[in-house]
Amino acid sequence: MKKEKNWNLIIGCVLTGMTIIFVLVGFFYTPYDPETMDVTAKLAGVSAAHPMGCDNFGRDILSRVMKGSGTTLVVAAGTVAIGTMAGILIGAFTGYYGGVLDEVLMRIIDALFAFPSILLALVFISLLGPGKYNVIVALGIAFIPSFSRIVRSQFLYQRNMDYVSSAKLQGASDIRIMFVHILPNTLSVLRSSVMIGFNNAVLAEAGMSYLGIGVQPPDASLGRMLSEAQSYLFAAPGFALFPGFVIIVMVLGFSLLAEGMKDA
Amino acid sequence: MKRKTIKNLLLVLVLTTLTIALSACSGDKAGENSDSSSITIGIPQDVEDSLDPHKAVAAGTEEVFFNIYEGLVKPDSDGNLVPAVASDYAISEDGITYTFTLREGIKFHDGNPVTVDDIKYSLDRCADTSNGDPLVSAFSNIDSVNIVDDKTVEVVLKEADTEFLFYLTNAIIPASNEDPAKNAIGTGPYMFVSHTMQESFVMKKFDDYWGTPANIDNITLKVCANADSIAMDLNGGSINMFARVPTEQAAQLKDNFEVQEGTMNLVQALYINNEVEPFNDPRVRQALCYALDRQNVMDMVADGKGTPVGSSMYPAFGKYYMEELNDLYTTNYDKAKELLAEAGYPDGFSFTMTVPSNYTQHVSTAQVLAEQFKNIGVDAQINLVEWDTWLSDVYTDRNFETTVVGVDASSMTGRAMLERFVSTAPNNFINYNNPEYDEVFAKALAETDDAKKTEYYKECERILAEDAANVYIQDLACLVAIDKKYAGYEFYPLYVQDYSKLYLVEEQ
Repeated sequence: MKKEKNWNLIIGCVLTGMTIIFVLVGFFYTPYDPETMDVTAKLAGVSAAHPMGCDNFGRDILSRVMKGSGTTLVVAAGTVAIGTMAGILIGAFTGYYGGVLDEVLMRIIDALFAFPSILLALVFISLLGPGKYNVIVALGIAFIPSFSRIVRSQFLYQRNMDYVSSAKLQGASDIRIMFVHILPNTLSVLRSSVMIGFNNAVLAEAGMSYLGIGVQPPDASLGRMLSEAQSYLFAAPGFALFPGFVIIVMVLGFSLLAEGMKDA
Repeated sequence: MKRKTIKNLLLVLVLTTLTIALSACSGDKAGENSDSSSITIGIPQDVEDSLDPHKAVAAGTEEVFFNIYEGLVKPDSDGNLVPAVASDYAISEDGITYTFTLREGIKFHDGNPVTVDDIKYSLDRCADTSNGDPLVSAFSNIDSVNIVDDKTVEVVLKEADTEFLFYLTNAIIPASNEDPAKNAIGTGPYMFVSHTMQESFVMKKFDDYWGTPANIDNITLKVCANADSIAMDLNGGSINMFARVPTEQAAQLKDNFEVQEGTMNLVQALYINNEVEPFNDPRVRQALCYALDRQNVMDMVADGKGTPVGSSMYPAFGKYYMEELNDLYTTNYDKAKELLAEAGYPDGFSFTMTVPSNYTQHVSTAQVLAEQFKNIGVDAQINLVEWDTWLSDVYTDRNFETTVVGVDASSMTGRAMLERFVSTAPNNFINYNNPEYDEVFAKALAETDDAKKTEYYKECERILAEDAANVYIQDLACLVAIDKKYAGYEFYPLYVQDYSKLYLVEEQ
């Protein structure tokens, strides 16, 4: 039987690969300094010199989008890292042991779940103050509940499997069973939720920077650029369109990748 | 058969609802057009919680209160004082005794007549020192407020003060008002109706106003904290007027708006907390001044509009404004680096600019400044904060390094601009402390000869500039966008908005 091609995976890989290359290049090379202002190029349109035009300070939008998507991606990666790490720890212990610890932690998680993650992040930002690193911490914390839920349910299910029992009989320690035996078996589920989490983190960063509480000027991030572009929607549509387009490609890439991995 | 009946019934129901809804709509519209005129005006920040005119600190609140409250005298659009609550006044030859005649028939918004007791109450309230500093510092010079008869009040000063009259623009409020923070009762052309936090501030025309009555019946001030969407709000019709439209927003307005250009009447600067390291060293502050390129700021922020200022005085002040101070520091990176090296920062340093996010002009300016300071190796970070946070952290607690804002004057006196830099002034939020300045300022206050007084004030400005108390930038251009359905907007040389002159143009 001929297996149908996994288009989701292919397109997802291509789009994600493109963004990552775009971002990586941006770390080392941008056509212009993303922060250098130029009066003569204020709100300049698309041209050979500035393929995406210039913003209100005459800064090259392509350079800023390159730099900005880097910032956004770093924030997303940091967020997901914090979220998964803490999520795996909490999920593993609560799922494996159950009991009082499970009850208490899960009720706390439930309470956190009651708030949309961006609202939760807003609360942390108001405690920590705005800024790139604080956004990572705030979003990371806000992402813990969903990850620990997923991990917990997997552990709950796996702990009664035969292979766990036999590992126990062989005298393996609980920690070893949790992280050497069970964890690898949860990866297939975890993988796609990390991808989705990544997506949500990109959008959350963009949202927070758009609201002015994320990345602070003059740093560029995709959300920050969208927020700045707001004033010029009619005068310079490219200013908003290009960062928006990159967000779309980024999010679409990760979504398709997550979809594709589920099928693979 | 049954089905059809239900269908018919439904149809009838839908039609009736529609008819009712539609007629309700048209009913509303007709009402608006015929009996009362109204305008919705966007304001960049909410009016403070307290409606007490004597306690307002934010310029954005004072400019609104200008329509509700009046003093014994009030400024006109040329900056001259004209009688308001008092119909007439006389100043004794020695400049010590001011005699005011109460305007005949003048009423408060609650319908009660204004009495000489209310005047004495209001003046005494502002001069009261039982809670520390008096609410109006110039009032510490009041020796006594005497009621001569039921039409006349006499204010006796301790020492002659040629600028004292300017401070009598301070609101007269009824003595019977137990909670002025909640009940806004004044004598102005508009009376307070309601205030919804972060949303709107509603006023209506005061019918018993003593002077030329206002033209428009209802005014709704709508808080538009997001300056980026002003053009959209205007074009979309949710507001009819906005007094300080950023240049790029003005460029996107539709044809049915008229844009008038004036000045904002404030001093925009990088205000520096003179007490914190490294800014306690004047050389560091001067270095920042040398790194500043004013023209570049204006080009970037407002397409070149704006008036440069070199000290804490803006051009509308006329005789006090010193244009020559603008050239005290011309952009010179070598000189700036030299000064930094002398001060012990050969490799520059980094600092934070705390900027209120609702003022795009200031946010943009901060971004341009950050870029300019890079030229001398100084790394400036921007921390955007909400207006309320700015007020409490920066203005009240003085917990900041630098900030970009505009500082205005509450009256057309040198004192109003310069007193805040006296080391002991309660509103000296930059913690400026210079004994020489204090001394010259005290001399200026004590002087009764206008020419000499002006000289002293100018000396104060010179000290501020030479000592680089702040990095002075400009008086911002003020673009007022107003729907062509309305007209009559007038610029004042002060940071006030006079809504009473606005009127509705006849529909074509």
